[in-house]
Amino acid sequence: MSYLTLSITLIFVVIPLLLSKTLNLGLERDTIVATLRSIVQLLAVGYVLKFVFDSESLVYIFLMVALMIVAATHNAQKKGAAIQGITSKVAVTLISVEVLTQGILLGFNITPATAQYIIPISGMVIGNSMVLSILFLNRFTSEIESHQDETELILSLGGTPKQAIHTQLINSIKASMIPTIESQKTVGLVQLPGMMSGQIIAGADPIQAVQFQLLIMFLLLTTAAVTSVMLGFLSYPTLFNRRMQLMKKDLI
Amino acid sequence: MSINYRPAVHFNHVAFSFGKTPILTGITGSFPEGKITTLVGPSGAGKTTLLKLCNGLLSPQSGEVYIKDKPIEDYEPVDLRRLVGIALQSAPMVGGTVYKNLSLPLELQGKSLSEAQAKELLHDVGLEEELLDRKVKDLSGGQRQKVSIARTLVNKPAVLLLDEITSSLDRTSLKEIEELIVKINKKYGTTIIWITHNLQQAREIGDFTWVMMNGEVVETGESSLLNDPANDKVRQFVMGEAQ
Repeated sequence: MSYLTLSITLIFVVIPLLLSKTLNLGLERDTIVATLRSIVQLLAVGYVLKFVFDSESLVYIFLMVALMIVAATHNAQKKGAAIQGITSKVAVTLISVEVLTQGILLGFNITPATAQYIIPISGMVIGNSMVLSILFLNRFTSEIESHQDETELILSLGGTPKQAIHTQLINSIKASMIPTIESQKTVGLVQLPGMMSGQIIAGADPIQAVQFQLLIMFLLLTTAAVTSVMLGFLSYPTLFNRRMQLMKKDLI
Repeated sequence: MSINYRPAVHFNHVAFSFGKTPILTGITGSFPEGKITTLVGPSGAGKTTLLKLCNGLLSPQSGEVYIKDKPIEDYEPVDLRRLVGIALQSAPMVGGTVYKNLSLPLELQGKSLSEAQAKELLHDVGLEEELLDRKVKDLSGGQRQKVSIARTLVNKPAVLLLDEITSSLDRTSLKEIEELIVKINKKYGTTIIWITHNLQQAREIGDFTWVMMNGEVVETGESSLLNDPANDKVRQFVMGEAQ
């Protein structure tokens, strides 16, 4: 695709701008900012990726993945600010998910150890893990807030912190995993996944594209499960102190 | 007041604050073993905080709390909370049936409650056996509070803390709960510490009373002190409540 052709696609940006203007939606500024950011960010990533692919250096691959983890951690930790030490917990979770998934992919020779595979797959895994972390932390903090009475009840009956938070923890893990599982149930029926569509448009064999898409989907199931379970079990102990008391803001 | 009685719970210069806001300042005193002591005072006096210090749901910033002459820190939190039970005004329940709620204290210890034991508990608190399979959301306020008390009794606590458990009940349920608490106190010798806004209840049911204001204990003694308080602030409070 040439840059001239690409610039014609800006028609798809003009349409929402016109609609926003006509209907007074007030979204013109956000739409323009989003468009500019996506152009700059993606083009920059494109050039960086080209450089990394050409260099075939493991150091650059490592740096790219590390950058992804730092950005994803920064984004996800905002949702769990109430949990002590959340940044390191999110970082440990993302690193573990990345090491586990790449370990399996490379260890079993499922994908080659080249930048062309490691970086895009890591991007999908870390990106999904970040979204899962946000979903989990959102749900977990609201579950803790709304079930304080229940938590304190179990503590007061002689339960441990783990027993006191068990229901809220399980609810949050399940709630954060549901979108991943549900979207996989309808995949192919309602929409073709972006990566698979991209490969087909770029001229790849559809069967080959489907095989890769299946690989990614299975990978994302593990990502979802490991992220929410790990983040959950890392987070809940910090809600309690040594004397098994729920540390909360409103005590009176 | 506790000179002639062995203290079940003893506070020694206990202070508690939340952040920089002091909630309790210099609390010293004892709750006699096997007796009913009521805690009265205006809202925000620190009564609930004091109750939670007794079973380790909170810890004081300074001073010591003793349970049966042993410092509270020497108890494992889990053991302490089984020894000192608490029933709250909101009577929080876990979802499901009455049986599930009654089973909870033993479930937390990896044990189970037999149906016969559960029925006996219901009988003890004056509830029909048929309620065992009733969903807790279908219980009346009085029934819910009785189930909450029965659940606390599963651990056979030596001290029972009650936080305004009758404040939202109708007169009939209120009387039933009062009779139940007196029965528990007499039958098991359980020490009762009871927060109430109902001064009539404090006079009739309590052996002793603590009057708290602004995080301090301003007067303690036999419940009859509420008939003729020595302290001016307490007198004003009692007169205000009577109106």
